[in-house]
Amino acid sequence: MMNGYLRQDGRKGIRNIVVVAYLVECAHHVARQIVNKSGNDQVHLIGFPGCYPNAYALRMMEKLGTHPNVGGVLLVSLGCEGFNREALQQTVSDSGRAVETLVIQQQGGTLKTIAAGVTKVKQLLKQAQQTKMVPMTIDDLVVGTICGGSDGTSGITANPAVGRCFDQLVAQQATCIFEETGELIGCEDTMCQRATTPELAKEIELAMIKAANYYTTMGYGSFAPGNAEGGLTTQEEKSMGAYCKSGDSPIQGLIKPGDIPPGGGLYLLDVVPDGEPRFGFPNISDNAEIVELIASGSHVVLFTTGRGSVVGSAISPVIKICANPETYARMKDDMDIDAGKILTGTKVDRVGREIYDLTLNVAAGEASKSEAMGHQEFILTYKQFEPIGPGCLPARVS
Amino acid sequence: MTNSASNALVRLHSADNVAVSCRHLVVGEEIDLNDTIIHLVEDIPVGHKVALRRVRLGCKIVKYGAPIGSATADIEPGRHVHLHNMKSDYIASHTRTTVKHSGEHL
Repeated sequence: MMNGYLRQDGRKGIRNIVVVAYLVECAHHVARQIVNKSGNDQVHLIGFPGCYPNAYALRMMEKLGTHPNVGGVLLVSLGCEGFNREALQQTVSDSGRAVETLVIQQQGGTLKTIAAGVTKVKQLLKQAQQTKMVPMTIDDLVVGTICGGSDGTSGITANPAVGRCFDQLVAQQATCIFEETGELIGCEDTMCQRATTPELAKEIELAMIKAANYYTTMGYGSFAPGNAEGGLTTQEEKSMGAYCKSGDSPIQGLIKPGDIPPGGGLYLLDVVPDGEPRFGFPNISDNAEIVELIASGSHVVLFTTGRGSVVGSAISPVIKICANPETYARMKDDMDIDAGKILTGTKVDRVGREIYDLTLNVAAGEASKSEAMGHQEFILTYKQFEPIGPGCLPARVS
Repeated sequence: MTNSASNALVRLHSADNVAVSCRHLVVGEEIDLNDTIIHLVEDIPVGHKVALRRVRLGCKIVKYGAPIGSATADIEPGRHVHLHNMKSDYIASHTRTTVKHSGEHL
């Protein structure tokens, strides 16, 4: 039985985190000290390092500050940076959450801000504890998936097993999100066939053309040296394996980072920026994608890995599904699920069921491995997006 | 020594001309994959691909029933199929050693 923290917008959280957010790198140390000195694993650090304003970064921070897993927010500003802290404070406040802002230049420097921050966090934790808890069902859940450190086993063990889990969740009207169009290059035809309308298929096709162009301009595919060491040879081979994570359900919509899916079903998250490439690689590392999945509402993220990733995330727990039996043997302290046993005869369905059961347990409060070890990685960089097109979220037929 | 396919190689689709190793396979092993015997002429680490048929230069490598790139050399059955004998039809792959210190791609 799951109980969730009821938020004003009707969404329910599986955690009740107080986030401390630095609004420029210059405030990072102070914010981190506030988190460390609070000595509470329910206080997480997030932030944006840039001094120049960016609409995407503001929107992401608004979506993260009003995420159902978040119960309170402390903003830490240096004072002179371009980030619109007033707008962010207002958005979080309007969501019914307690929110405070500390400006280091106004507080009188590092030590005074840290001391004030520790006090504020204590208050925010107390206020967050007042949040009403209500029964939560599977159709309240938003689950994202990502792969990182993929190898030749990922596409035949962990990824298809996550696909089976997604199929089970979608069958019960949960919301499932898969992503990284750049890691789906080569799968465009089959994805378009799964779209619920021709208009959505067209939008997916355009997003895939955008991804191929963007990565070509960058000079690299979404393909790391470790992928090759693990037996993957080409982008399209990696894509075919990554694509299995989406399962077999129809694709209900195409969203961009920060868009919250309007109802249950399977959604594709387009993470590749719009317009001419301006700020560099779409996502510079796995956590940038995890942050976007969370900004789009993911309560929990299913992370498949062959080479062996150890990351977790601020705000939402990350469940690690290990594809490669040799990696699992070496790194099992970090892995929640051993999917490599599929290579020695365990059925994909059975591992899919294991992932499904663990997802519900983690939603009910059990800590994932990375969460228990305190992994709270977070990264947010510059990007630009246009709003999604009219065909991206077809009217739902009930 | 002939191994059963269940613990050695998996062919993901009937159209595939490569199979994936399920464990570290050693040169000289003979693997029975659906009554076709594959003679391994080199080691194949777990997750890597081995050619099931002769693949001519320029022909598609097929895995999951889909093309995953093209052969850059003639590939004999039992050979390791990887960066040295195939390439992407989309975006070139890179390794640590193909990037110069300046960041320029070789």
